[in-house]
Amino acid sequence: MENSLITADAVEISEFPHLAQKYSVRGVPKTVINEEYVIEGSGPESMLLSTILEAVEKTGSG
Amino acid sequence: MSFIKDADRPAVKERLRDMRSDVTLSYFTQDVECDFCRETRELLEELSSIEEKIRIEVYDFKTDQEQVRSYRIDKIPATVVSNGGASGIRFYGIPAGYEFSSLLDAILMVSRNESGLSDETRKALQDIKVPVHLQVFTTPT
Repeated sequence: MENSLITADAVEISEFPHLAQKYSVRGVPKTVINEEYVIEGSGPESMLLSTILEAVEKTGSG
Repeated sequence: MSFIKDADRPAVKERLRDMRSDVTLSYFTQDVECDFCRETRELLEELSSIEEKIRIEVYDFKTDQEQVRSYRIDKIPATVVSNGGASGIRFYGIPAGYEFSSLLDAILMVSRNESGLSDETRKALQDIKVPVHLQVFTTPT
């Protein structure tokens, strides 16, 4: 909502078991950012933001 | 069978009381409906029947390629929450159980154009110049 470059998907794993396997989902919620950065469980807003910014830095630096 | 019990309809309506603008739920399915596709459509239609500000658009994953590309849908059932502009919020799979509550939250946020994030977080997100894709894996229970 804050930036059109950001997409957020909620994925119901029992309907997409291949994705649960691909991303090694063993507990929920699990958040995967840009295929690479992972947050297990729910965390505070600041942790989500810092993980997003890590992913952005990696993407931005190629 | 209805997903939203008659007794729960007033509570759902109340939960959505603070909606401002209309919200469109763009729903992607296919001719031979996938597992949970029919159930998802029925759930969304029930929701729309409770709150008139919620509109449903149904697209075919196979034939409505323009919308599939525009919303970058890669699997079904898929539900995109928007109010004209792209919100970037998508639900893959039936938004039932706990996810029903998440769907109501998303509808309210989009309708009010309020993410609920702190000013600091919003500023940091607005400054991002590269694509970010978050996938939150969930279960309905």
